[in-house]
Amino acid sequence: MATEATGGGLEFHPMDQFVVSPLFGNGPVAWYTPTNVTLWLALTALASIALLVLGTRGRAIVPNRAQSVAEMAYGLVHKMIEDIAGKEGLRYFPYILTLFMFVVFANLLGLVPMAFTVTSHIAITGVLALAVFFGVTIIGFAKNGAHFLDLFWVRSAPLAVRPVLAVIEVISYFVRPLSLSIRLAGNMIAGHAVIKVFAGFAAIAAVAPIAIVAVVGMYAFEVLVAIVQAYVFTILTCVYLKDALHPSH
Amino acid sequence: MFSLLQEAATTAVETTEGAIVIDDATAHGADAAAHGVEGAGYATEAAGLPQLDITTFGNQIFWLVVTLVVLYLVLSRVALPRIASVLSDRQGAITGDLMAAEEFKLKAREAEAAYDKALADARAQAQTIVAQNRAQIQAQLDEAIAKADAEIAARTAESETRIRAVRASADVSARDVAQDVTAELVRTFGGQADDATVGAALDGRMKGAVQ
Repeated sequence: MATEATGGGLEFHPMDQFVVSPLFGNGPVAWYTPTNVTLWLALTALASIALLVLGTRGRAIVPNRAQSVAEMAYGLVHKMIEDIAGKEGLRYFPYILTLFMFVVFANLLGLVPMAFTVTSHIAITGVLALAVFFGVTIIGFAKNGAHFLDLFWVRSAPLAVRPVLAVIEVISYFVRPLSLSIRLAGNMIAGHAVIKVFAGFAAIAAVAPIAIVAVVGMYAFEVLVAIVQAYVFTILTCVYLKDALHPSH
Repeated sequence: MFSLLQEAATTAVETTEGAIVIDDATAHGADAAAHGVEGAGYATEAAGLPQLDITTFGNQIFWLVVTLVVLYLVLSRVALPRIASVLSDRQGAITGDLMAAEEFKLKAREAEAAYDKALADARAQAQTIVAQNRAQIQAQLDEAIAKADAEIAARTAESETRIRAVRASADVSARDVAQDVTAELVRTFGGQADDATVGAALDGRMKGAVQ
């Protein structure tokens, strides 16, 4: 185990919640095996669909609660893209909304007790971030051709500084998928592990009240983090998209 | 968090070593070897951060791609057009309602203007009617006054002539009475009264008295 303190019946397994295991049986995990990851990915998709499809079933002019929330999510992402990347960015609205809905529901469903948090896995967030990275790079070259490289050649800076800046810009460009994926997964891992550690302390009667209060507080904080991280992921995607659409500084 | 990761890493190394030992120890029979592989698999799973267990990456990536494709298709085909249409419908309804309200406002203003105009017309008409009536009444009044004046003047004239006649007759009778009285007086005092003398004397006296 990651941190094992077996003294006095106190045991911490804060990382057990992240273990990928098959849903049926106990065999090895092949690429097609339905695992807990599969289950929670499916639940994430179903929750998103429930909100955006079933919630708007009424197509009401005066919306009910679910439809209001769905419209709010739609409006939030729509406005974000329009404000940051401009009107042309709206072509990629469906994918960015898919990303946002996926991340926000994966984060929130992960907070359900006994749940598995898919966004706490670097494999998941890495694929999401790489998809954004490659997508944005392809869009950048397709829209601007070689001019996309202007992104790295800061024309507003003095000529002497430009090569240095270009190196920095190239490095920061390639670090993007890494920072994007690790930021999300790291936030999720840390929050869940801390809640688990506090929950472990609740086994000791003396500190149990403090531990329980701490778990409640952390939980509330994690709800905030879940939404904020989804927002950050989406807004950074929009910023990268803006760079691809308008590479000149 | 960081120290936790470090500890996890060290434990991972230890457990992997343990797994290798198990592998070595049970490398005899096919049955035992299979057990060993399973044990090794369990060991890697239990060791360190589950996030860094590369053996599960393929599985996660495969199911993630499936999920994303399904979600993307459902959202882009069903949800987004629906929400977009609802939003544009609402925008349309709001714009339509605002326009209708503007129209009604305009109509209300027109109605108000028409009402004001009708009121002003009625007032003006009332005033003309009042003026007409006043003029008519004035004319009637003037006519009546003139008629009355004429009548009064005629009556006055008539009365005056009558008064004059009465006065003249009174003068004559007064002279007759005075002549008779004078003549009688003169006769009583033993004088000889002839009418001509008495008349002259009377006339002389009366010149001053009567008139």
